[in-house]
Amino acid sequence: MFYNIAINIIKVLTIIVPLLIAVAYMTLAERKVMAAMQRRKGPNVVGIFGLLQPLADGLKLFSKETILPSSANIFIFLAAPVLTFLLALLAWCVLPLDEGKVFSDLNIGVLYILAVSSLGVYGIITAGWSSNSKYAFLGALRSAAQMVSYEVSIGLILINILLCAGTLNLTQIVLAQQNMWYIIPLFPIFIMFYISILAETNRAPFDLPEAEAELVAGYNVEYSAMGFALFFLGEYANMILMCSLTTIFFFGGWLPLVNMLPFYWIPPVLWFGLKTTLLLFGFIWVRAAFPRYRYDQLMRLGWKIFLPLSLGWVLLVSGILFSFDWLP
Amino acid sequence: MNVLYNEYSAILTFFAVAFLISLIILILSYILNPQQSDQEKVSAYECGFNPFDDARATFDVRFYLVAILFLIFDLEVSFLFPWSLVLGQLPSFGFWSMVAFLAILTLGFIYEWKKGALEWE
Repeated sequence: MFYNIAINIIKVLTIIVPLLIAVAYMTLAERKVMAAMQRRKGPNVVGIFGLLQPLADGLKLFSKETILPSSANIFIFLAAPVLTFLLALLAWCVLPLDEGKVFSDLNIGVLYILAVSSLGVYGIITAGWSSNSKYAFLGALRSAAQMVSYEVSIGLILINILLCAGTLNLTQIVLAQQNMWYIIPLFPIFIMFYISILAETNRAPFDLPEAEAELVAGYNVEYSAMGFALFFLGEYANMILMCSLTTIFFFGGWLPLVNMLPFYWIPPVLWFGLKTTLLLFGFIWVRAAFPRYRYDQLMRLGWKIFLPLSLGWVLLVSGILFSFDWLP
Repeated sequence: MNVLYNEYSAILTFFAVAFLISLIILILSYILNPQQSDQEKVSAYECGFNPFDDARATFDVRFYLVAILFLIFDLEVSFLFPWSLVLGQLPSFGFWSMVAFLAILTLGFIYEWKKGALEWE
């Protein structure tokens, strides 16, 4: 028993540590790519090509003073970043990187992911409320309303995937795409899902909670040092998670592009990483290319366009599958 | 032994390790660095002013409305989950009853749209 637990703890670390390194280098990639798009150089002083920059940033944040605002509710104030970070990590334990390479092969994987990512709202709203600062409070309200609105359309889009795959297990969903990735029959849904996860992770052009020109930094304005760093890590871990989920749902996870010889040589885990990296590059590209939305436009897009559209798609997909008897 | 080692207890281990890691990072940073707080540093941020009043004042009721609408639609999504998995084994009555349910829900959606619950300014 203790042996099993020890093995499990080592397994957990082999997920969390690479994830944190990925988050660190995601921030460097973001700065580098955005710099290239704006014809700058980006960070290039710390290490070769700035490769040690994320470590330097992390150390700097680690060595700062933790400020506890006098008007804040200290316990909730400190629990909020821990909660955000914890939930961002927790979703990773059901994510399959290859057939069998999964920490916990839950047969209700999609439901688990949906539940954990829904709980993420709590971290943000408790941070905003317990800070007892007007900017933080407004930022948290906006962020919570935004995440909640787009979660509905994400849920309805997932129903389409489930109708096609007939299972909640993430490994089975990937294996169901062996003949055809779901992006081909469900392309409009992929577009809606990608925009929804941009809004769900509070990314540009939907980064209203952080609108630095009006709300300073949104819900984390009162946080400093590691409290801020935990929010930051959690946010980026969530971005990588959402892109990995898109890979699993629409791009056939670890399956190669074509089942032919040169593609077969690349290991499956590398395929997974390549697809996820491509989607993350899209996240950065969107941030460099598009101006920020207005809040009423954001809510209109979520409730008046994506909700009816995704509901219609559920009916369409289920109707087609049902009438042609193609259901799994 | 299977009770102690299945998928869910693995998740519990993951939870414990992740919780410990995040807690240790936070506490270590707090302990290792000198903490010198003063009155100005710990007051709530408000663009150079002293905070006027408590931040927990009234806020726009529409956020509340969004939360209620979310509750309805998210319940509907969780209702659709089991249906979407077993649709292949259901007779056509199972399909059409869900269509009827969605039609009723759409009626409610149209009503709230016309009432202006989704308007922001």
